[in-house]
Amino acid sequence: MSDFPRLASTRRQFLTSAAALSFVTIASRTYAQSISGNLPWHPFAGEPPQPSLAGWYFFKPDEARAIEAIVDRLIPADELSAGGKEAGCAAFIDRQLAGTYGDSSRLYMQGPFMKGTPTQGYQSNATPAMRYRAGLAAIDAFLRKSKNHGFAELNTQEQDAFLKELEGGKVDLGSIDGKALFNLILQNTMEGFFADPIYGGNRNMVSWKMIGFPGAHYDYRDHVGKHNQPYPKGPISIAGSPDWSHKS
Amino acid sequence: MARKLPPKDVVIVGLGWTGAILAHELTDAGLDVVAIERGPWRDTATDFNIGYMQDELRYAIRKDLFLQPAQEAMTMRNNTSQRALPMRDYGSFLPGTGVGGAGVHWNGHTWRFWQSDFQTKSHLTQRYGEARIADLQVQDWGVTYDEMESAYDRFEHLCGISGKAGNLNGQIQQGGNPFEDPRKRDYPLPPMQMTYAPTLFAEAARSLGHHPFPTPAANLSKSYVNPLGIAMGECTMCGFCERFGCANYSKASAQTTILPVLMRKSNFEARCNSEVLQVNLDATGKMAKGVTYVDSSGVEWEQPAEMVLLCAYGLHNARLMMLSKIGKIYDPQSGEGTIGRNYCYQTNAGISLFFEDKNFNPFIASGACGQTMDDFNGDAFDHGGLDFVGGAGINCIPTNGRPIGFRPTPPGTPRWGSAWKKATKDHYLSTFGFSSQGSSYAARGNYLDLDPTYKDRFGRPLLRMTFDFPDNDIRMSHWVSDRMVEIAKALKPKQYVEGRRNKSWSSVPYQSTHNTGGAIMGADPKTSAVNKYLQSWDVPNVFVIGASAFPQNPGKNPTGTVGALAFHAADAIRNQYLRNPGAALVQA
Repeated sequence: MSDFPRLASTRRQFLTSAAALSFVTIASRTYAQSISGNLPWHPFAGEPPQPSLAGWYFFKPDEARAIEAIVDRLIPADELSAGGKEAGCAAFIDRQLAGTYGDSSRLYMQGPFMKGTPTQGYQSNATPAMRYRAGLAAIDAFLRKSKNHGFAELNTQEQDAFLKELEGGKVDLGSIDGKALFNLILQNTMEGFFADPIYGGNRNMVSWKMIGFPGAHYDYRDHVGKHNQPYPKGPISIAGSPDWSHKS
Repeated sequence: MARKLPPKDVVIVGLGWTGAILAHELTDAGLDVVAIERGPWRDTATDFNIGYMQDELRYAIRKDLFLQPAQEAMTMRNNTSQRALPMRDYGSFLPGTGVGGAGVHWNGHTWRFWQSDFQTKSHLTQRYGEARIADLQVQDWGVTYDEMESAYDRFEHLCGISGKAGNLNGQIQQGGNPFEDPRKRDYPLPPMQMTYAPTLFAEAARSLGHHPFPTPAANLSKSYVNPLGIAMGECTMCGFCERFGCANYSKASAQTTILPVLMRKSNFEARCNSEVLQVNLDATGKMAKGVTYVDSSGVEWEQPAEMVLLCAYGLHNARLMMLSKIGKIYDPQSGEGTIGRNYCYQTNAGISLFFEDKNFNPFIASGACGQTMDDFNGDAFDHGGLDFVGGAGINCIPTNGRPIGFRPTPPGTPRWGSAWKKATKDHYLSTFGFSSQGSSYAARGNYLDLDPTYKDRFGRPLLRMTFDFPDNDIRMSHWVSDRMVEIAKALKPKQYVEGRRNKSWSSVPYQSTHNTGGAIMGADPKTSAVNKYLQSWDVPNVFVIGASAFPQNPGKNPTGTVGALAFHAADAIRNQYLRNPGAALVQA
């Protein structure tokens, strides 16, 4: 209390003593974080993102082929950019489904699960991982029955036609809501295409180059007043830029 | 059975903006203060890393810094005839958690409410007659703007707000907001340098006779040392503001304005990862004995204290009062009970403008760098010939160009395929929008209580939210949208696309984390939970500080008033309550 000389004179009689403060600190160290007397600082206290590694973590080989073919139609290769497969969108979705997004562990997952109004939002107990597993299987079964092939084996016109039907809610996948499944895949594909490349998608910052988003730049002060003028620098990601490495 | 800890003078529930302000003020008064925060410790140097904070997926889409529904969810329905269901993911609004609270990841729009806002009921009744507000349950706050002026001033100077005064001691100032009430001195920092879109918006608004001005920003236009001696840096316009912690000490938060001083005080302790379960009352139910909380290993502790300050997010303040049986829960049928009463939100609408020949560089942005006009906000304009009360600030504040969330395309564009891609590329740089942030006026059927079915991880009932936009507010929003169309036309875009506000309120798309009410302030204990000093009418050694105190929500962001209320309550405790602890500051 030495740094609080005014304490003694201003304390009111009802106020209790803080003499036992040290007990609290010791006790809480075991059970929760008690901080007093300084700003805590520990090296490496933060959690940097973990760069995405090669390989499949969630999808089985057949599923991986199907999802790669789907993302490559949602974002087709053309003169504007590489396609969704080459951009890593399937790999991105794979990593997301293998993590806390896939298992809904951050969401409220206690029952009872009941159907609600649209304003009440998603109410199923199916996690994204469960929805992909069951959804891709249902798509496969549907196409093998109607077309004798899985999605990856269809030609691009057939693939696009199927995706349009799925988007429009015109594909009967039994207990699975095809339209909602399409929306989930589309949402995750776009996340992968536009997220930082560190998560496996948007390889070589392909989407950022296409639209002109500079990525993880941190200081634009020199351009704020340059109204209506293109920003001159190319994008960088959290992991840096290919330009930063040595070229042999 | 909870383990009992040695008593403290003051226990604060939640260490966000209000908790930090109250802790600073009351430790200065010599009290021993412990703040119990259910989320983790967070600070700029350790947690808001400049090397990886610009991560849209992690922070904006997966919401890494926010309260996770697994920790605490809420249920919602639009009216009492429906069965409330849990928001399994937060969407429409995103409560914070952890040290700094939602003040870590806000945009930084920092407003003062007006005298006509603080006296909504009496002002509107006097000007338009009682019949005009018969469908609403608007109330007066029990304080006046004049009583709040110095508290606003202290919060603005604590934060280093960048702005331009519009009314200095009654003198209207060129370039500021002519509709604001008099302030005694200007903002501590000049306005931020404007980007292209708000500049064009302001020219168009001015051409129609409106009065746009730079939005008061808690993103700093210059480096600044605040009255506590804490240094902050100039905003770099990185475009990662709302939903992110600032890595540059450029956005006012508890971290950047208070904690470096507060944490060094030996009469302050922060206990993190510790969730308060309830306020404990004595046998009479009229005095609080302290709180019970559970730490991260599941052990329950009882923390005795002479005073309890509820400084959690407003919705959580209301729920803690209900769980602790402080006051009576509001009943929409009888209109009786005060806890949960007058839950309000924000009535927003937008408009997007597509151009062919312009480049707005949307990624050069900060959370609050933009232009606002209040010509159609609150009661700044005559509602005599109109069929509604209230209004909206019209804001052109492009906060970011982060491409998962910001990919404008005109209606009719496919959502995928090559045509989608071309439209996305063509419109990314050349589109901007502006929006109306409308008032949300209290209605009898909009309220908070405890859900009868769904429980949190400790088995306590979730908060249940019953809300839909009142007809008055929908009429208001459409009328303001008509005014926005006039401005859009003056900007001569290739195409403009309206996003109007209609019923019913949906919990899914993000709208605003401006949830207000539930423990409202006022002059009458029958219709308010706390008095004008934020002191509980029912348990006088409990103060409830936050937007939970707003009797209804004006068309302005709440944080400026939340910060001012924290100083206002701190003054009342220091200067009045401590002279006679345990006594009511206002006689019921």
